[in-house]
Amino acid sequence: MITVLAITFVAATVAPLIFGKLGRNAFYVLAAVPAVAFIWLVLQHAPVYSGAGIEEVFPWIPNLKLEFAFRMDALAWVMSLLILGVGSLVLVYCARYFKNKDPGLGGFGAQLLAFAGAMFGLVTSDDLLMMFIFWELTTVLSYLLIGYARTRLAARRSALQALMVTTAGGLAMLVGLIILGQAAGSYRISTILDQAGTLVNGTTSGMVGAAVVLILVGAVTKSALVPFHFWLPGAMAAPTPVSAYLHAAAMVKAGIYIVARLAPGFAESQFWLPVVLGLGLATMLVGGYRALRQTDIKLILAYGTVSQLGFLTMVVGLGRPDAALAGLGLLLAHGLFKAALFLVVGIIDHQSGTRDIRKLSGVFRSSRALGVVAAIAAASMAGVPPLAGFVAKESVFEAFVHYGSGHDAPGWGIWILIGLVIGSILTFAYSARFMWGAFATKPGIERTPFKAIRPAFLAAPALLSFLTIVYGLWPAPVDSWIQPYAALFADGEEAVDAGHLALWHGLTPALGLTAITFVAGAAMFYGRNVVARVQSLVPDWVDGDRAYRHTIGALDDVAVWVTGRTQRGSLYFYLTVILTVAFAVPLAALLLNNKPLPDDVYFIDPNSPLQLIAGVGIVVGALAAVRANKRFLAVLMVSVTGYGIALMFALQGAPDLALTQMLVETIVLVAFVLAMRSLPAELRDRTGGRLRVIRVIIGAAFGITMIFVAIYAMGARVAPPVSLEFPRLAYEGGGGLNVVNVTLVDIRAWDTFGEISVLAVAATGVASLIFVRSRGDRIRTSEAVPEGSVGRRTGVDRDSRDGARLALARKFTDVTRDAWLVAGRTLAPERRSIIFEVVTRLIFHSMIVFSIYLLLAGHNLPGGGFAGGLTAGLALTIRYLAGGRFELSEAATVSAGTLLGTGLATAAASGFVPLLLGGQVFQSAIIEFWLPVFGDVKFVTSTIFDIGVYIVVVGLALDVLRSLGAEIDEHFEEKGAKAGKTRVAESAPAETAASGKGNP
Amino acid sequence: MSINLTLLIVMGVLYACGIYLILERSLTRVLLGLMLLANATNLLILSTGGYAGLAPLFDKETASTQYNDPLPQALILTSIVISFAVTAFMLGIIYRTWALARQDEIQDDLEDRRVARTPSFDAEDDAIVPLETSEFVVTASTPEERLHPEATETPKTASSREGGSA
Repeated sequence: MITVLAITFVAATVAPLIFGKLGRNAFYVLAAVPAVAFIWLVLQHAPVYSGAGIEEVFPWIPNLKLEFAFRMDALAWVMSLLILGVGSLVLVYCARYFKNKDPGLGGFGAQLLAFAGAMFGLVTSDDLLMMFIFWELTTVLSYLLIGYARTRLAARRSALQALMVTTAGGLAMLVGLIILGQAAGSYRISTILDQAGTLVNGTTSGMVGAAVVLILVGAVTKSALVPFHFWLPGAMAAPTPVSAYLHAAAMVKAGIYIVARLAPGFAESQFWLPVVLGLGLATMLVGGYRALRQTDIKLILAYGTVSQLGFLTMVVGLGRPDAALAGLGLLLAHGLFKAALFLVVGIIDHQSGTRDIRKLSGVFRSSRALGVVAAIAAASMAGVPPLAGFVAKESVFEAFVHYGSGHDAPGWGIWILIGLVIGSILTFAYSARFMWGAFATKPGIERTPFKAIRPAFLAAPALLSFLTIVYGLWPAPVDSWIQPYAALFADGEEAVDAGHLALWHGLTPALGLTAITFVAGAAMFYGRNVVARVQSLVPDWVDGDRAYRHTIGALDDVAVWVTGRTQRGSLYFYLTVILTVAFAVPLAALLLNNKPLPDDVYFIDPNSPLQLIAGVGIVVGALAAVRANKRFLAVLMVSVTGYGIALMFALQGAPDLALTQMLVETIVLVAFVLAMRSLPAELRDRTGGRLRVIRVIIGAAFGITMIFVAIYAMGARVAPPVSLEFPRLAYEGGGGLNVVNVTLVDIRAWDTFGEISVLAVAATGVASLIFVRSRGDRIRTSEAVPEGSVGRRTGVDRDSRDGARLALARKFTDVTRDAWLVAGRTLAPERRSIIFEVVTRLIFHSMIVFSIYLLLAGHNLPGGGFAGGLTAGLALTIRYLAGGRFELSEAATVSAGTLLGTGLATAAASGFVPLLLGGQVFQSAIIEFWLPVFGDVKFVTSTIFDIGVYIVVVGLALDVLRSLGAEIDEHFEEKGAKAGKTRVAESAPAETAASGKGNP
Repeated sequence: MSINLTLLIVMGVLYACGIYLILERSLTRVLLGLMLLANATNLLILSTGGYAGLAPLFDKETASTQYNDPLPQALILTSIVISFAVTAFMLGIIYRTWALARQDEIQDDLEDRRVARTPSFDAEDDAIVPLETSEFVVTASTPEERLHPEATETPKTASSREGGSA
């Protein structure tokens, strides 16, 4: 079975390619797939019917009890006959229905074939969840197939409607399936059915009852029963072959299939019969009634299908052997005649361009063959002997006569029977109406132009109608196929005879009912004008479609309302809501819990009383940052808290943290100044008044909540910290004395690797935000840059104080000077500082050496890749500040992107090389050797990882400097040049004089 | 477990100030608020290490309880450097906003406002479509089709219907 499925889906995947080659004839190739599967199925008859069926199980996810479990028994076999047989014929029909130039034909063919596969999977699955997957697959494919004509609004809309209704039911069903699976302790359908008796009557009866109702909801939506019947007529916007296959023979039968599958075990369940019989009968009558009102022959069939689906649900769901036999017999008969009728409708529409019975006239005269094929199918639908429909309906009447008149029959049994007869009368009447509407020559209507039909086009419906006759005349094989299924309903002690499908049962009450049906149905047809008048008097008070529209409309309104209330587009609003929840919920939890405060709370750490002073500094800095109304003052105040925290780290016994925090704080300060130099100095506070009070309240409440949460959380700790082992691990396993560093590069190397990846991403983000068009990794040398050209101030009024200062600076720096820095000369004279250049010259190399020392010594002493990298970054910062952007390029001749990549690659290599050497990822080794000058050297391989970290951090710092520093400089100069040019036009002499003086 | 109230109170103040700042419209203040929040969180993690202790530099003679807990320290070290990267990124955003729009303020999202005013009528769902009685001829032009002519299917003429039987 899994082979059949695999072949079908693979064929569906490559189908578009076949269409590209063969055009519409590719449908013939596709049709071969289900046809071959059909032959395979027929060959399986012997194994399926000799024992309990054939079974294929492949484990998938044992922990979730998921498995590919397939099982072919009598029910699955009969369903598969219909699915594969009709599927193949419909595909053959498509080859003449569509045109080569129809758009999206390849996708359509693939979907139709895949649908056949999904249906086959649905009926052969022996696992509830597998079955559900196929179930939803049919829903999705049905959506795509109904919406084939994408340009038509009606098609898109009904496709979506069908999808919404059936998935809504599918979700309910999923819940039901899971409840059932959990109650039974197995998701295997055969296992569940075996223990159905205990499930329904035992302690789980309430749960199972609910599960069964939920599953029935799925079946009801899928099979278009009242109150969800409206989607099926809507789905008639699909191309007619799709309607023939999905909405007559296959998909809508999925609901019936579920009912049939569960009926042998769960028909006893308390809500089963009311749902199945009540909704089934209502659907049968509503569908029949509405079919009589339609003027579109396709809609007559659609409502007829709705009616028949209700009928089938009642029969199949009754849970008695004779009804089961009759139900499956009817299901096959319905598949044959309804598919044929839809295909006939497709031909009429195709050849004449209309399906409206008020326009069609004389079609029978135009194509007698088509008329005969249709007449056979319609007669079978009406239940006329000697056709399949008659045989099946006879058995149904028989079963319900028994049910209604048996000694244990419920009082309403007879009413069900009466309802069935009324439904059958309606069926007869709309069958006649269909034939009359489609084929009759109507007085007063012009004869419809009708093109001749090619035999290949008519083949599929003709074959189906032929089978209808064969089935009617010789029902014994069908009977034998269904008997094993009917036998499932037999109780152990009394062998109930299911009866047989037969053309002639004798003069039974059922035959009498059939006669009544014919007479009354014929009468309704002849009095069709009277019927129409009566129907037009009855208002359309129940209209499922309108109810659906109102529901969706209300949903839309609610969605717009809720979106309008929650998505305000204001960050302030969102943050207020989020933060309020963030403090209110933990606070409420704390207050409700009413736990005593932990005992070990102290205000001043006896080991480190100085913390109090650092704390006061931090608090003052934070409050000043809040109050500051100058941009740089606020930044400085935040830096104060940062340095204060570095002090706090030092006092707490964390030298690594203190070092890193100091370095970061410094670089951040520089970055701030560089990035914000163009922004106004004032920091305006726009949110005032009431909003400010709310901010204060939220801030204070959040802070206080965090304090208490921290106290309680830490008080709740009982186990000793895991890190008590770290020092020993670090020394013995990691070969280092600095526990923090070993933790970073060895014990928790994965974390650190993730972190440096984030650094690389953030650095690239910064560069992209500033450079915009590229990452700006081009290296530029200073050689070609003219002297004193960088950062030259232009457009300063010579007579102003600023101008005088500028002139002075230019005069003083107008001296040839030793090159302390490589690119110092490129900087405009007024921007140079001899002291700064000299100091930079003196300390840069020392800082780089120190940073490498920090990196290498970090394994045993405070330091490490982060601190080292930041120190190197700081050294570069100094070079940039002293010598400008060309100095930075000269200092770092490798691009930041290369550094980030190299760093990540180095770190990654230290992760996977051990793997190649037979170790684990990030496993480190200690190598000891002797070097001439250094003496005994102990090298730990995790240092290589730390080198990667170092390089990434340098890359990050370089990116920040290049972007926020160098590139923004360039933006400034471009802007200055532009502004200068416009000024030149206004006051040319003054400007040239000013710049002339500066250039020696 | 020992709980250091000094650290926690400082942390609380930093949280309060940070939250106050991120509820501001100025992007610069929001960034400063984020930095304060990062500092506060670092203090919170630090306080889980208990009493101040020796720097965690291994010494055979020292019991491991005497060190300040190295695990929170490792976490904080990571956090410090990540905060640096995030700060730099935010600075890039602030500069870009200023360069593009000359403003340092968080704007309300006008698109959200527009969505909130959307009427619930949607042509795709609610327009009235006449019943189509053939797949092969488009009979009437609907209001929807007149509004969106590009969505209209080209009417198929009688000659284009021949394909099927040809």
